[in-house]
Amino acid sequence: MFQFENFDAFIAMGGHGPYVWGAYGISLAVMAWLALAPLRRQRALLVDLRTQLLRTQQQAQRRRGESQ
Amino acid sequence: MWQWFHKLGSPRWFYQISGKFLPWLAVACVVLIATGVVWGLAFAPQDARQGNSFRIIYIHVPASFLALAGYYVMAAAGAVGMIWKMKLADMVMVAAAPLGAALTFIALFTGAVWGKPTWGTYWIWDARITSMLVLLFLYIGIIALSRSFSTRETSARACAILALVGTVNIPIIYKSVDWWYTLHQPATIKLSGAPSMHPDMFKPLLVMILGFYCFYALVLLLNTRTEILLRERRTTWVKELAEGK
Amino acid sequence: MTTLSGAFFGVIHRDLSIAMRHRGDLLNPLFFFLIVVTLVPLGISPEPARLAAMAPGMIWISALLATLLALDNLFQADFADGSLVQMMLSPQPLWLLVLAKIIAHWLVSGLPVVLFAPLLGLMLSLPQAGFLPLLLGLVLGTAVFSLIGAVGAALTVALHKGSVLLSLVVMPLYVPVLIFGSSAVQRAVDGMSYGGVLAILAAVSAFTLLVAPFAAAGALKVGING
Repeated sequence: MFQFENFDAFIAMGGHGPYVWGAYGISLAVMAWLALAPLRRQRALLVDLRTQLLRTQQQAQRRRGESQ
Repeated sequence: MWQWFHKLGSPRWFYQISGKFLPWLAVACVVLIATGVVWGLAFAPQDARQGNSFRIIYIHVPASFLALAGYYVMAAAGAVGMIWKMKLADMVMVAAAPLGAALTFIALFTGAVWGKPTWGTYWIWDARITSMLVLLFLYIGIIALSRSFSTRETSARACAILALVGTVNIPIIYKSVDWWYTLHQPATIKLSGAPSMHPDMFKPLLVMILGFYCFYALVLLLNTRTEILLRERRTTWVKELAEGK
Repeated sequence: MTTLSGAFFGVIHRDLSIAMRHRGDLLNPLFFFLIVVTLVPLGISPEPARLAAMAPGMIWISALLATLLALDNLFQADFADGSLVQMMLSPQPLWLLVLAKIIAHWLVSGLPVVLFAPLLGLMLSLPQAGFLPLLLGLVLGTAVFSLIGAVGAALTVALHKGSVLLSLVVMPLYVPVLIFGSSAVQRAVDGMSYGGVLAILAAVSAFTLLVAPFAAAGALKVGING
């Protein structure tokens, strides 16, 4: 059962609103960052690797072109 | 059995198999935590004495729980890595440190915010809070150490030793801090967790604890996978993975 | 057996004579200890009653910092001139040699701090009853500081910015010793029995003595690759 009379009361939390919402907000933000940071690092690493591979391939091609 | 163990030790195999159940874990984690948050914030009855500030418990308790458990996970992974020279365990160890530190921070932060409306102060030198702070320092030491080595292999070994020494010390630290607290008896503030929690309050807590377990497993997997890619970046399978994307 | 004890005492003897040749380095942590304790009345209040109330904790904290400062020397010089690697290649078990090094290090860094402490107790107007537990506690406590510190020093031996890192790594592990040590003094000052607390401290030191040499030896094997 919903414990509050209306939405404003829900936000106010009987005067404890800033504490409750602050604690939840920051904690959930930290957790979201924890989950997203490794994903971002993985993607950056894979992109890095791919550009490296492309560059070595291009270099190899160029060398082949020069030798001919 | 041993074959399975060796397979598990192969980072490539682990990367592929963990990729399969990662989405399921993510769904379970989001559903459980979302349910727990909504239930805890809106539908759980408010505490008779503490009012609505009590709702912070739904973050604080699971986070504190996993912060300590996380240290043991880290130390256990470090021990496995040292004894069986298992590369994967080393990677899990390295992945667990920042996660544990972040959860310890969340536990301390929510505790402080909860303390303000409840005892009128953000910080008191209570036994549990102080132990938590020392735990955070232990984590910070490990992270600092892991960052200062040039090779990932040496760094993991060094951190494993430190984590094991820390694990031996944790019970002594906790006991000593407990004893220190009874010695100084602030007495005016009593930190009773929840002597008789109403079932309606307890059920969302249970959901949150389950959700946090899923979250811990999820982020540990994600961090380990990142570590695997970083360490195996020169192998063919990672190169193929990079090209295939 | 003779070679084992020979190597053990050989390392102690060698480290002590090296330390004797660099007496200036020995005094530095002591002066640090003295200066930190001097800062207390300057920073807080010269009033004897207030100083006496803080004395047990302040002396213990400064002793902790002073031994922490000396930890850098434990393996660093031997690592730099290569004798550490030779030691690791020798047929004697490494943990024994590490233990010898720790003992020598404690004799030149921990023991002077202990002997210096009563003077600082006088300066901070520590009540008479506190001196004996302070001395006994510091003997046990500085030994633990050296033992645990050896693990940290071994891990950070090859890192150039080791010093701050070493403190960061080691200090949380010092918490129990600090608690038991300073409260033994406090209890004595308050007229209570302190034997039990010192017994716990002794148990902690014995346990550390059993574990730390092995951990430090393992750490050294990892640390020199840093």
